[in-house]
Amino acid sequence: MTEPKRITAPLTDADTAKLKAGDKVLITGVLYTARDAAHKRLIELLDRGEKLPFDIKGQIIYYVGPTPPKPGQVIGSAGPTTSGRMDAYTPRLLDLGLKGMVGKGARNREVLDSIKKNRAVYMAAVGGAAALIARSIKKAEIIAYGDLGPEAVRRLEVVDFPAIVVNDAEGGDLFLQGVEKYRRGA
Amino acid sequence: MRTISVKDITKKVRDLCISAAYDLEPDVAGAIRAARDSEASPLGKEVLGQIIDNFEIAGRESVPMCQDTGIAVFFIEVGRDVFLDGSIEDAVNEGVRQGYKDGFLRKSVCHPIKRINTGDNTPAIIHTSIVEGDKVKIKIAPKGAGSENMSRLKMLKPAEGIPGIKSFVVESIKEAGGNPCPPIVVGVGIGGSFEKSAILAKTALLRSVGSKNPDSDVAALEGELLTLVNNLGIGPMGFGGTTTALAVHVETYPCHIASLPVALNIQCHADRHKEAVI
Repeated sequence: MTEPKRITAPLTDADTAKLKAGDKVLITGVLYTARDAAHKRLIELLDRGEKLPFDIKGQIIYYVGPTPPKPGQVIGSAGPTTSGRMDAYTPRLLDLGLKGMVGKGARNREVLDSIKKNRAVYMAAVGGAAALIARSIKKAEIIAYGDLGPEAVRRLEVVDFPAIVVNDAEGGDLFLQGVEKYRRGA
Repeated sequence: MRTISVKDITKKVRDLCISAAYDLEPDVAGAIRAARDSEASPLGKEVLGQIIDNFEIAGRESVPMCQDTGIAVFFIEVGRDVFLDGSIEDAVNEGVRQGYKDGFLRKSVCHPIKRINTGDNTPAIIHTSIVEGDKVKIKIAPKGAGSENMSRLKMLKPAEGIPGIKSFVVESIKEAGGNPCPPIVVGVGIGGSFEKSAILAKTALLRSVGSKNPDSDVAALEGELLTLVNNLGIGPMGFGGTTTALAVHVETYPCHIASLPVALNIQCHADRHKEAVI
């Protein structure tokens, strides 16, 4: 296997231009967490013409709802959740400058088109590898919607967070390419 | 008649909730290790390596292997010579409440329409049956939503037969792609009624991974389905590869002459199941 590419979040167009579907990456910097319930509230804020609880330009959103930390832990287990549940909300956030997403599973056509249009990137982390991934999270603080518990918006500081590029800014798609390579029979 | 205190059931359920989240059973761990050795895709192999590292860390450090510690599903067999001194449902739910709190597990249960979290991961899903004997057997299979959401049920026409069953299973898994966290274990329930087929599919997942149905025809179907599913090329996490499923388990039950219910319950690689006998 090739060596992973190191990227620093938040991202720029120059960063996403370097990433290709199938690349292994190690992310260092800031990630914001949000799942369905938080996305719904973010979009409602925008509908009311209000500001988002964080500046979304260049940011990466990580789709995760961690377990509660044990005493002494920064965060509990924290693997990715299914990204497709956020598809309905994502193009709007990409248009506002969101540059990256980390989750698991495929995105719909609207999201794929929006990723390309906005020169963004969708990455997957290994689903279920929640204890392993949590080791790369060095700091976690709730910045909005604490009442949502595991679904609150958190600001994470990560070092060498492991992910794989699924959809790049040029339209490359690891799910299509990878499955095509190993599909057998009719 | 043997009296069993529901307090003992609560205590046992509490412990099962925690150990299921932290310690992967050896049958699943063995199947994942074997898959890493046989996987043809280098990236797939690497993903399986991360999955193995992860469950080893979880077991060693007593932390949840997956952040989705699931809705707690129980199959409980109560011996007919057992006298219980209280409500078994209340006892199980109290055990879940304690286990999810004391084990630092995620509370992932909410009202279906209002979407308000119940805060303690209750109520559990509890299936009880009366069996011979004077013991209580508790099986837990906490279920995450990533794989549960990809599960399907279809009432086939009897004329569709085995080809119809195969195509329903394979198409459903193809559609699921990387969402249910492959490599998956596939539980298929064939026959019974609408709800019976779903319960059969769920109980198929409780079998030791890779075990065969005692009926040789059904076992042959399990083998054929496994080949078809792995030929899809979805691979670990959907990145492409030769390991999409670790096993396909099929359970059957007689059904109406005009029916052919087929249910598909998909289980992610964090295939958590534990049991205890009181």
